[in-house]
Amino acid sequence: MATFKDFRNKVKPNWCPGCGDFSVQASIQRAAANLGLEPEDLAVISGIGCSGRISGYINSYGFHGIHGRALPLAQGVKMANSDLTVIAAGGDGDGFAIGMGHTIHAIRRNIDITYIVMDNQVYGLTKGQTSPRSEFGFQTKSTPEGSIESPVNIMEMALSAGATFVAQGFSSDLKDLTSLIEQGVKHQGFSLINVFSPCVTYNKVNTYDWFKENLVNLKDIEGYDPHDRTVAMKTLMEHDGLVSGLIYQNKEQKSYQELVPGYDPKKPLKDQDLKISKDQFEELMTEFM
Amino acid sequence: MIKQLSWKVGGQQGEGIESTGEIFATALNRLGYYLYGYRHFSSRIKGGHTNNKIRVSTSHVRAIQDDLDILVAFDQETIDVNFHELHDKGIVLADAKFKPSIPEGTNVQLFAVPFSDIARELGTSLMKNMVAVGATSAVLDLKPESFREVVEQTFGRKGAKIVDMNMKAIEEGAKYVKDSAPQAVPMMKLAPADGKKRMFVIGNDAISMGFIAGGCRFMSAYPITPASEIMEYMIKNLPKFGGTVIQTEDEMAAATMAIGSNYAGVRAITASAGPGLSLMMESIGLAGMTETPLVIVDTQRGGPSTGLPTKQEQSDLMAMIYGTHGEIPKIVMAPSTVEEAFYDAVEALNYAEEYQCPVILLSDLQLSLGKQTVEPLDYERVEIRRGKLHNGEGLPELEKGEYYKRYEVTEDGISTRLLPGTKNGIFHVTGVEHDETGKPSENPVNRKNQMDKRMKKIHHLPERFPTPIHTNEKHEEPDILLVGYLSTRGAIEEAMERLENDGHKVNHAHIRLIHPFPGDELKRLVEKADQVIVVEHNHTAQLANIIKMNIGFGDKMKNILKYDGTPFLPGEIYKECKGLL
Repeated sequence: MATFKDFRNKVKPNWCPGCGDFSVQASIQRAAANLGLEPEDLAVISGIGCSGRISGYINSYGFHGIHGRALPLAQGVKMANSDLTVIAAGGDGDGFAIGMGHTIHAIRRNIDITYIVMDNQVYGLTKGQTSPRSEFGFQTKSTPEGSIESPVNIMEMALSAGATFVAQGFSSDLKDLTSLIEQGVKHQGFSLINVFSPCVTYNKVNTYDWFKENLVNLKDIEGYDPHDRTVAMKTLMEHDGLVSGLIYQNKEQKSYQELVPGYDPKKPLKDQDLKISKDQFEELMTEFM
Repeated sequence: MIKQLSWKVGGQQGEGIESTGEIFATALNRLGYYLYGYRHFSSRIKGGHTNNKIRVSTSHVRAIQDDLDILVAFDQETIDVNFHELHDKGIVLADAKFKPSIPEGTNVQLFAVPFSDIARELGTSLMKNMVAVGATSAVLDLKPESFREVVEQTFGRKGAKIVDMNMKAIEEGAKYVKDSAPQAVPMMKLAPADGKKRMFVIGNDAISMGFIAGGCRFMSAYPITPASEIMEYMIKNLPKFGGTVIQTEDEMAAATMAIGSNYAGVRAITASAGPGLSLMMESIGLAGMTETPLVIVDTQRGGPSTGLPTKQEQSDLMAMIYGTHGEIPKIVMAPSTVEEAFYDAVEALNYAEEYQCPVILLSDLQLSLGKQTVEPLDYERVEIRRGKLHNGEGLPELEKGEYYKRYEVTEDGISTRLLPGTKNGIFHVTGVEHDETGKPSENPVNRKNQMDKRMKKIHHLPERFPTPIHTNEKHEEPDILLVGYLSTRGAIEEAMERLENDGHKVNHAHIRLIHPFPGDELKRLVEKADQVIVVEHNHTAQLANIIKMNIGFGDKMKNILKYDGTPFLPGEIYKECKGLL
């Protein structure tokens, strides 16, 4: 059986020392091992940006695609081969700016994949511009006077869009993050895990220390029930989205694959016969005769 | 007795004009006639003039007829807009309800038939279309019974009573014409057809059938005119073969989802028209760079921007050959008939996997939506070839943390593909320049090797593509070589016939493989001709320019260009050729 070390490859990440993404990488590796996966069972599909490089830093199948479009790629992979564990990953710019259209619809569609967003509230690889998660007033190269746009409340938005699994993690808490990823992978449907993954170079406001001070772990809220959507929404609003843990899970809603007429989850699409029979061929022609 | 008929029905969109044409044509198809249809419609659900022009013949036809024998009109606008198409002996069958009138000073005859009133007396004015079909049948001397099978099929699920009512409407329409206008019966007695079974089908349905027969099991797409029929056909039929379709949020998702699916081992496709293709350009680049198979249909319509969504044009050509930033290997195919559209769809799937690159299957509105007669398709011609695809067995164990050489530099530029999930086969895929294992690399030597490898893959395709150019080479030394692509084939063939009758020596080349361009083959044809006339539906002579770029001969080349949204008529090409000679 594979251990988390088997999910390591020989590529040295090009992330800055101290980058939050290292912890996300490690958590995915640990979660994969804990789930009993072999490296070939996992496909990590990533977007573009610092965090998008993650698919190349894990010893598994990996596809580093187009900016903002990790989700449609990942959904295509899962539809084709339901035996694979598919994790999509990227940054907050990737998922909530250029890729927001895909994010909302992936949530609605509820295909059984896990989406991990490394949320650092800034654009890193392009060297420090505002992101859709930057706080109001946040100063960057593109907002020298401070951002005058509101940050998207992504967890609230996910709940509104009908998400069946919504969680938030923090790069400093490897144990919790690993557990959230495991739960997300096990969830039958689309799971969204937003991870506060500080950028040590371009975000001097939302630092590790800042999160330690401001982030509330849902475990510390007595009686918090992650199966109650109203409570989830209220809690997010009360804490301005700064909570960590499993925020909401709907186990009743069936995944997309379970609802597709004729789709056989036991027989991946990639294993369907390519050839049709002569009788079937004649039948198709008859429709037009 | 006539061997050919040009018939048109017109009225307001949403009035059942299309289904009138459909029932009329399907019945004639069953009798063994060859048909070719053209739909004039607008980008709206209800209202606005629409018409359906159908050519009927006892021999194969592949173009719209220049003129018209019979015009069936449900409103005065239909007469006003289409009257000029009728020849001197033509007739108008019009609903008496709107008190139809025709211009004076022609020999065209008008027969006002109370389509609506007869239908209402039989139960509902909705059946006025059937009354019109009946009136037509009297003029052609076809028995109303010829329509029974189609009527049963169309209305069968609404019950026997509805079928009987509609049959009665056809009978009464025929009877009215016989009784009140005996001189019209049978004015245009149609010569009998051979009664053979053939398909009557639009290009989009043939393409879809080709995809299913060719092993496509997943489609992701976004609705658009004139491509939506492909998605609709696949939604209806793919589940029967274990496949499925996702209607995505946009065309970017449609193309990337198909890439993801192809990467994981399923033959997946998407289909769209110009505006959608514009959005897919980045995905096309990704498929090219990552050497992932991908088939995209582009059903060209009038551009640019939203352009003329329901009209004919061939102006995406340059974008389809060169579109996406940077340079990638790409194959662009252009079927010239509905039959070829079927076989090309199968082959597009094969080429995409064999060459591991995007394949654009080009169409145009007239080919995609114009219904035509197709001889039964040949099951034995459907072949599935997956190229260099490793089945995953017997792979040596990878050294810990090492990757499989998915992008190994090989002599033909094609590396062996593996599917995710394969043990000992792990590799990385990225749109970033990469080394042989797929790891990002900016090394200049590697860059050059990988570029050369990718770009050379498709060079030899023109040599193995079965018919890269459809040719009609009657003459060793022709005066004219007519060149076109896609749906203009029939119109060019008929123009050619007329030019031949005038004593000109004409050859015809219809380009079937657009990219990589079959330059050697075309050069041979061009060299022999005194002049070359390129016929195409755009303003900037894109095909002619592609030809000049590939083989030269600019001094011999002349253009016939049409970009008013309507498909070429044979007579238009003939006249323009005469003007150029």
